Amino acid sequence: MVRLFGVDKIYRLGEIGTGMLYRDLQSWIARRQGKPDPNSRIGQEHLRTGETFYALKDIDLTVRKGERLGIIGGNGAGKSTLLKLISRVTSPSAGTIDLYGRVTSMLEVGTGFHSEMTGRENIYLNGAILGMSKKETDEVLEKIIDFSEVREFIDTPVKRYSSGMYVKLGFAVAAHLRSEIVIMDEVLAVGDIAFQQKCIRKMQKAAEEEGRTILYVSHNMSTVRDLCTRCIVLDHGRILYDGNVEDAITFYSDYLLREKGLSRDLSAYERRDRNLTGVCQLRAVTLHEQTVQMGEELAFTALVTAQEFRKGVRIRMMAVTPDGAVVGMTYSDPVDLSPGDTALSCRFSTEPLAAGVYSFDMVLVEYENSVEVRHDFISRALTFCIEENERYFGKPWIPRAWGHVRLARLTVQKESADVVDP
Amino acid sequence: MNEQDRYHVHIEAGASPLSLNLKEVWKYRDLVVLLTKRNFSLIYKQTVLGPLWVVLNPLLTSIVYTVVFGEMAGLSTGGVPKILFYLCSHALWRFFADCLNRNTETFISNARVFGKVYFPRLTVPLSTMLYSGIRFLVEMGLVAVLILWFLFRGEVRPAWALLPVLLPVVAVTGLLGLSMGILISSVTTRYRDLRLLVSFGMQLWMYASPVIYPVSQISGGLWRTVLELNPMTAPMEIFRLCVLGSGTVTVRSVISTVVSFFVIVPVSMMLFNRVERNFIDTV
Repeated sequence: MVRLFGVDKIYRLGEIGTGMLYRDLQSWIARRQGKPDPNSRIGQEHLRTGETFYALKDIDLTVRKGERLGIIGGNGAGKSTLLKLISRVTSPSAGTIDLYGRVTSMLEVGTGFHSEMTGRENIYLNGAILGMSKKETDEVLEKIIDFSEVREFIDTPVKRYSSGMYVKLGFAVAAHLRSEIVIMDEVLAVGDIAFQQKCIRKMQKAAEEEGRTILYVSHNMSTVRDLCTRCIVLDHGRILYDGNVEDAITFYSDYLLREKGLSRDLSAYERRDRNLTGVCQLRAVTLHEQTVQMGEELAFTALVTAQEFRKGVRIRMMAVTPDGAVVGMTYSDPVDLSPGDTALSCRFSTEPLAAGVYSFDMVLVEYENSVEVRHDFISRALTFCIEENERYFGKPWIPRAWGHVRLARLTVQKESADVVDP
Repeated sequence: MNEQDRYHVHIEAGASPLSLNLKEVWKYRDLVVLLTKRNFSLIYKQTVLGPLWVVLNPLLTSIVYTVVFGEMAGLSTGGVPKILFYLCSHALWRFFADCLNRNTETFISNARVFGKVYFPRLTVPLSTMLYSGIRFLVEMGLVAVLILWFLFRGEVRPAWALLPVLLPVVAVTGLLGLSMGILISSVTTRYRDLRLLVSFGMQLWMYASPVIYPVSQISGGLWRTVLELNPMTAPMEIFRLCVLGSGTVTVRSVISTVVSFFVIVPVSMMLFNRVERNFIDTV
């Protein structure tokens, strides 16, 4: 069982120091003399005054023995911080955490593996890091090797392993530890599908038969569905929803939709990709309607700012599900842009998309003389919902089984008998 | 008592830095052993001579010392065969310096692992000390062989009666090195430039300690006072007194070692413990 009570985790911004003793001394002396700090960047002064940021705020959470809890939420929602606190990598700023049982943390697979050492040596080392004695490892060694599917290479240094083998071995060790609480951070996302399924079954069995408590963070909703019995939605360090898995996922999709809204101002969007020219940029995008019926057109306006005359700029868009899976790509005809702002009216037929929530990643791109020049990239620029207006064999569309694309209808015709008979 | 209560851990914000939790370190003793083994296998993998370096390195260094300091500079070794004197001094000093140097980057070089999984962090410096200790023992094996040879020729007279103090002296040396190492590692999580000072500082410290010369060569004055305040003086001299039968142990130097030990060890452990709780947020 895991119990958190009133847990806060505060990170201090800008007060971490310069990392150099003489610089810190310099800053300290300057501040004492009332002079401006020579090491603070202009415009960053306010951070130095000890501005804080709550990665988690007032979290109360009880996970009972044998429960499998999924934790979902966007980037920076506090999911990883929560796992770090429970796995004792860092400590809370306020509140208490009680862990009833030994904890295995799989925030990363194969933590502490050393590339020069063989698979077998690494099993022992990894086991010991995760809190197992040598004797305990001895007892499960054979099971670990079997599960990992790398028996032939077990006495080879892991630096010669493929990344898949590495992950399999790492997971095998962690899965066979004698612990009551297991913490996993999307480690299942790697490795092949068959192994992923095997891991999920193994963890399910562990929870059901041995009463292990599992906490699982993932962007991949389908593994959360497969593994978990309960799910919480985190955002901005708070628990927004706590309940059964399907409801939580629905809540999260709706929440994303509301949060993103119809219109987005992108002028302050932080572009991380250094290969972008920035010569023309998306300033804002506005959806005319956020929810459309299946098969209808989605209309939006994109406001583009160009610094110079550009010929043949195209918009390329990737449709992405809330789990982060890319569904497909589309692109526009080339448009010539004059310096200044240009409003582009865009329309996209949602015909091939199944019902659900999607986002578009948007790219401004030029393709000339077989060279692609990327001007701008916005991740999740638009988020919209396609509503179901059709039923399939009496059911709504099942994304888990059928994916997100409605392929063109299959045509079937009876062939005349004389063609079939030789 | 059921499984759940047996492993109950309570975490609270701002817990006392005094809660060292040595019991937990003991539970992870297998990890200490494995980390020690790893240190060995990593250092000697992909070298031609492999573990032979454990012996070769001190032997070559001692020969250089004998030639440079003993023959060319003509430093006295207090009547002890020069090669034996340097081998012995070098072994203990290297043990101390290794415990210190190798632990100064405990946090920074293990940041990745520390950021992903919890285990008592003290296991890492302990394994480093154990590793250095084993290497020290091997070097002492070499010393023992040489002593036998010189005993046979009647050129050395170990103080057999003092042999029981050998273990505490070596233990104090190791723990002192380890504590100073983790003290530095705790500070370097914030101030990385301190790391650059360490190797330079260790070199200076070696010359300020009776490593290449015995205390008996420094008869008085400021330098003698400095030597006696140096916490490494007493261990070096006691050690050579035991093994080679030649050493100058003064009350003042013993006191400075004991005092430093009882100040540095607890302070460094407390600081280490404090840094360990949250350092991953600042790296």
